[in-house]
Amino acid sequence: MPIDVAAMGKSSRTFHRDPQTVKSRPLRDRVLELEAEGEWIVHRVPEPYVELENKFGRVKKVPLGHTWHHKSCGQCGHIPGYSTSIFWLHRKLGLDYRDPRDQTSCTAWNYYASATSNSAAQAAVALRNFAAAYETGYFPLIHCATSYGHYKEVREELLASPQLRGEVRRIMEMMKKPMVMPEEIVHYSEWVHAARHQVAAHKVLDLSNIVATVHPACHYHKLVAEDAIYDPDIYGGQRTAVVTATLKALGAQVADYSTWFDCCGFGFRHILVQRDFTRSFAVQRKIEVMKEEANPDVTITHDTGCVTTLDQSQFAARAHQRKVGIPVLSEAQFCALAMGAHPYRVCQLHWHNTETRPLLEKMGIDHQARWREFEADVERLKRGEIEYLTWEDADA
Amino acid sequence: MGCETSKYAAVSYEEKLRLFEQVKGDERFAHYLYGCYECGVCVAVCPSARFYDFSPRWIAQALAREDADLVYKFMNEDVWDCSQCFSCDKCPRKNSPGGLITILREVAVRNGLKSAKDALEGYGRIIYKIMSTGTQVAPDMLQPAAFPDWGPHVKEISENLQWWRRALPPETLHTTETSWDVSEQTLRELYLIWHVTGVMEMIKEVDEGLHMILMDVMEEKLEEAGFDLEATEED
Repeated sequence: MPIDVAAMGKSSRTFHRDPQTVKSRPLRDRVLELEAEGEWIVHRVPEPYVELENKFGRVKKVPLGHTWHHKSCGQCGHIPGYSTSIFWLHRKLGLDYRDPRDQTSCTAWNYYASATSNSAAQAAVALRNFAAAYETGYFPLIHCATSYGHYKEVREELLASPQLRGEVRRIMEMMKKPMVMPEEIVHYSEWVHAARHQVAAHKVLDLSNIVATVHPACHYHKLVAEDAIYDPDIYGGQRTAVVTATLKALGAQVADYSTWFDCCGFGFRHILVQRDFTRSFAVQRKIEVMKEEANPDVTITHDTGCVTTLDQSQFAARAHQRKVGIPVLSEAQFCALAMGAHPYRVCQLHWHNTETRPLLEKMGIDHQARWREFEADVERLKRGEIEYLTWEDADA
Repeated sequence: MGCETSKYAAVSYEEKLRLFEQVKGDERFAHYLYGCYECGVCVAVCPSARFYDFSPRWIAQALAREDADLVYKFMNEDVWDCSQCFSCDKCPRKNSPGGLITILREVAVRNGLKSAKDALEGYGRIIYKIMSTGTQVAPDMLQPAAFPDWGPHVKEISENLQWWRRALPPETLHTTETSWDVSEQTLRELYLIWHVTGVMEMIKEVDEGLHMILMDVMEEKLEEAGFDLEATEED
């Protein structure tokens, strides 16, 4: 018997969380306590910030500007329009940010794939990056959901273990860097969520005919679940509000599907060396179910691995006549397009695999003209007329 | 298959117990395992359980029962099927089967188990990239031979790579060998972390050749930076 997906969204139950009923102590209190004991410096969320509600009904401060962008390997390496769109949104909204070179990967993709590391190394990598941000005065904003999830894990481990803190302190002293823990671990999609009404105020496209499905990233809402943002007005407070609330603010239609909780199939090691699993899961448990139950114009997610997996896995499935063909974007790219960003100079959609042109047409974007402009840019680069494409070129 | 352990009958119980004690000795172990209601929620939400003969519940229960034989079997086979998505953190008993698997994998790597070497075969280039450059999936890894199932668009990217990377407005992204431009000092600090936390020793256990290559890359830069490796060895 097929699942009645429409009924899933019609529940009259709304979850209002009362933080007084939560048994665990707020993470922020424990972080600040260790500061008072001289264990580390707490990097405060800069003003202006937006107060959002986390899964336990507690306030989470999300900074709007003055942010240090902790980039993602997979985004920058293979889907660079993702990171570029995040930066572009900041520029268009007039928000101050830093794109540092003094940043390493969180290295968690490798850790979850191969286990060729350990708690001390992972915590030291995290705190080295946090210290680098602190030294600039800019607050870390984390682009990748796995970095975000892993740093939340690292924070828990450090809070629980004086021995681990001691090990990491020894390493930080060797590097002559301070022990720093941010007041909040903030994912970029929380920033987008906080800024969604500003984004919507700047939109130049009518998106009311666009149907989108949402894939929430596992390491965002399942791993150390407390930090994730919830809102009683979105899914009755039963699922994370990020991404969905943004799409609604932009005026797009959000369609539901029964396997929304399932992971995308990324698997960390599987996407790299055992992709038969990744492809099968992504297609059979996500894309085909979305197609069958919602038939969306696009699926929107908020993580590196999810965009990669859901997008790239559809190519081979075509050969097996599977029901695929849903373009996959991050909400940062979708917001940028809505605000008039160039689909190739900014959103860099030519790095994506599944066809995006029907979506662009439906959004009212002349993709042929925009592609010709991008090709002309590349010709200018080849002729040596310009060394790189600049932000000014991107908006020309 | 399943919970059959006879394949490992030749391995002494003492050896299995030694490895199990390392698992239990990990500080995280007590925070990841509280018991089991046998409700099966972890299996219901697990992507790997749908495609492999794999069950996060078996693993949590074997660890809770301290069944060293079964834990050894899981450490050698099942743990590498896990997707590390942490859907199983939905456990009503607050277990983290995914977290337990992270520990089991770490012990397998640290002890150089053949199964860990087999599972990581073909993965060395990824470890090399992340450990030596500070970013993992670099643009130049998008090669048709590496991703044949992603279709001809990978070829198109690889052929246009240097121009398409220059056609990115953020200045840090004009790279092909790394995901972004990482400063030299930042890299040296990363190398220091790998050395003083015992990660280099872990690499040596699973891939001696890779260990030698990484040491070649790192040692000179660490010395240039004034880090005395002998003085910084893990206590």
